[in-house]
Amino acid sequence: MSNPKEAIKENSMIIQKEMLGNLFTELSTAKENGKKVVYTFVPGNLTELILALDMLPVYPEINALQSGMRKKSGSYIKDAEKMGFSEDVCTYVKCDIGMMLSGNIGPTGEKLPDPDLLLLSYTGCFTFLKWFENLERLYPGVEIAMLHTPYQEDGTITQDQVNYMVKQLKEDVIPKMEKVAGKKLDYDRLSKMLENSAKAEDLWVKVLQTAKNRPSPIDSYFAGVYYMGPLFTAFRGSEKAVEYYQELYNEVTERLKQGLLPVTPEGEMKEERFRLVVEGPPNWTNFREFWKIFYDMGAVIVASTYTKVGGVYDQGFRHEPDKPLESLAKYCMGCYTNLNLPQRVDLLEYYIKEYKADGFLINSIKSCNSFSAGQLLMMREIEQRCGVPVGFIESDLVDPRYFSYANIKNRLESYFQMLGQRKVIMAQEEAQV
Amino acid sequence: MKQAAPRLIELVEECKSLAFDLNFSYAKEWKKQSPDRLLVGYLPIYVPRQIMHAANALPVGIMGVGDRKQIIKGDAYYQSYICHLPRGIIEMALDHNLDDFDGFLFPSICDCVRNLSGMFKLVHKGKFTRYFDYPQNFDEHIGGTFYRELLETIINDMHLLNGVNISIEALNRSISLYNKNRKLVETIYNIRQDYPWRLSATDVYHIIRAGMVINVEKHNEILEEVIRYIEEDYGEPMDNIRVIISGSFCEQPPIGLIKSIEMAGCYIIDDDFMLGSRWIQDDINGTTEDPLNELVISFLTKSTASSAIYDVGNPRSARLVQLVKRRNADGVIFCAASFCDPALLDRPELQKACDAEGIAHINFQFHENTGQFKVIKEQAGTFSDSIKLWV
Repeated sequence: MSNPKEAIKENSMIIQKEMLGNLFTELSTAKENGKKVVYTFVPGNLTELILALDMLPVYPEINALQSGMRKKSGSYIKDAEKMGFSEDVCTYVKCDIGMMLSGNIGPTGEKLPDPDLLLLSYTGCFTFLKWFENLERLYPGVEIAMLHTPYQEDGTITQDQVNYMVKQLKEDVIPKMEKVAGKKLDYDRLSKMLENSAKAEDLWVKVLQTAKNRPSPIDSYFAGVYYMGPLFTAFRGSEKAVEYYQELYNEVTERLKQGLLPVTPEGEMKEERFRLVVEGPPNWTNFREFWKIFYDMGAVIVASTYTKVGGVYDQGFRHEPDKPLESLAKYCMGCYTNLNLPQRVDLLEYYIKEYKADGFLINSIKSCNSFSAGQLLMMREIEQRCGVPVGFIESDLVDPRYFSYANIKNRLESYFQMLGQRKVIMAQEEAQV
Repeated sequence: MKQAAPRLIELVEECKSLAFDLNFSYAKEWKKQSPDRLLVGYLPIYVPRQIMHAANALPVGIMGVGDRKQIIKGDAYYQSYICHLPRGIIEMALDHNLDDFDGFLFPSICDCVRNLSGMFKLVHKGKFTRYFDYPQNFDEHIGGTFYRELLETIINDMHLLNGVNISIEALNRSISLYNKNRKLVETIYNIRQDYPWRLSATDVYHIIRAGMVINVEKHNEILEEVIRYIEEDYGEPMDNIRVIISGSFCEQPPIGLIKSIEMAGCYIIDDDFMLGSRWIQDDINGTTEDPLNELVISFLTKSTASSAIYDVGNPRSARLVQLVKRRNADGVIFCAASFCDPALLDRPELQKACDAEGIAHINFQFHENTGQFKVIKEQAGTFSDSIKLWV
């Protein structure tokens, strides 16, 4: 395995880096500046509410994945296991708890501030609930707000579910947030932010849809996880996020005009041999090596479900400034892991057909039952409905013990060989017709 | 030494065969008696069985296959790092064990059970399949309203199949029958607290589990009869410690494991096996004009400590300590299924609470089809000896 070279960065990536840098600086001085800090989760986050109340969000999953990328997660996980957490349970939780026990140092090397509010927006993952129960005990006395997001068990969002969520927001969550923030929520300001959210969401969808082109100018999974950052985390609702997505869209459109392929850490891809749809989160501990296996083989991910965990915007949802709370409720319920399995299969089928994918691949994550339980059945369904070759690999989010480079590379190479062979056969069949 | 009555042994044997009949013969026979009868399967942990009973449906607990069925297809549906329970259940579904069932309820306990509800939809099992997403908000006006709507949805699912409109009287009667059921189960536990040698933990397990697959009227009769026998003294006390088992509320431990713990010198005087049958911690009012509301209120205010319920404000660690004290137990055995996120993520906090109170504890993990108990027996035996010798 070669050492990864210094990554080549696009302008939008530089802008995003600056946005994140500013956020972490603000976080490191939050206490001095009297800013309140909210710990919350990515799927179903209420960022606009947090920002409208002038508070700063911290996302424990993001801390965990960044720890994974910085090769720190292994020791954090072991620290949590020493406290009694089983090897079997979610490694995001263990990494986060281990990081906290080790001083809660963020990616910039500065200490993350303790929370003033634990905002559990419990969407699409039962483990979130357990995670926050544990955080509550680690930060005794901190205000806690819990927003229960009902699951789309029947494949739809019902009015009863919306009412339940709006009531929770109005009567429980927002009053607690206001109490911590020390101010009343300004609904006009919230609406303005939701307007910004919708603008950024429009641009994000346009970026994603450029992958319908052949060749695709973007990789919707490996690069997608960077692209989705501002919208899925601390910046949705801000003007800066709109600016970022405008820049990203301009860049991608320009690439499209020039017929360029996706940018990778080692420069532009030269050939699009395979177009894939991927289900499941990536591995973070060996992210660069993992990505390299794909671009070395000319495999481009044209659509992925992981880039929908913070909202399935390409299916039409937008935040609505004139219905702020209803819209936030529907947003929470619409995130990918809150969809039932038939909906997930339908969405994958749509991606494979709409984006003209050559194959479908699952990266099954040991730690994440919300994604992983049922994936083998989903794979069969996709094979039957779409007739494309399917592949299945296993890894973990942030536990380096569960990333076997040789094993994954071996499996992927076999899979790509199969895709290559299929292309040859299909071309021969077409020639005969 | 006086022996157990032959009739009691007969009752336990009957429960044994009911509890692990993976063809659910009793339930299927019950359904055949009338065209408007329904079978509604439910997974651990909790569903309010009263609404099914009142709608002329038999709620049937699908608690897993244990070590009674070889898993072949199920393993092709689940990765190695997912617990055993759902692979056994999908195996049963694909082997047609559940074909006569009309509907299935998948209570909100974890993402595996949640996603299994979608798998049942994809493989077209049951005329209705619901993820039973009970509220995690316990305000009557907010979570209560949502929960009532959820119950009404399930009532409507059943109505569409058999046309039964649940009357106030019928639901009140069901509430009373299940009140009695919980009280009888509690009586058995109370007797065992003082005289654990009269009925083994495996016998209690079979008796309670049988109640998951038969009608409540019949189960109440069995429980009453069992109680009559165990109220009399027989058997001989052993020099065992008294333990509480925690963490086995969803995937069930194999019978061999329960037996091994007792044989190693630990009387199991309380546990969370089949917790759903004891979920509501008091009587529910079965005499009002709005019994559905009583079910709602009881869920919001009288639910037991469970890993499935958001516990901030009412921590389950404190409740475990209370239970240890109430049962006068010597220690706790944390016995969770492998890959069970809810139980295993709760374990450190529960252990911490035990440490703070000086309560001895050990832990191990299992699969429902674990076949080797030697190590567990040694561990439990050492635990028992250490308490007997040093505490």
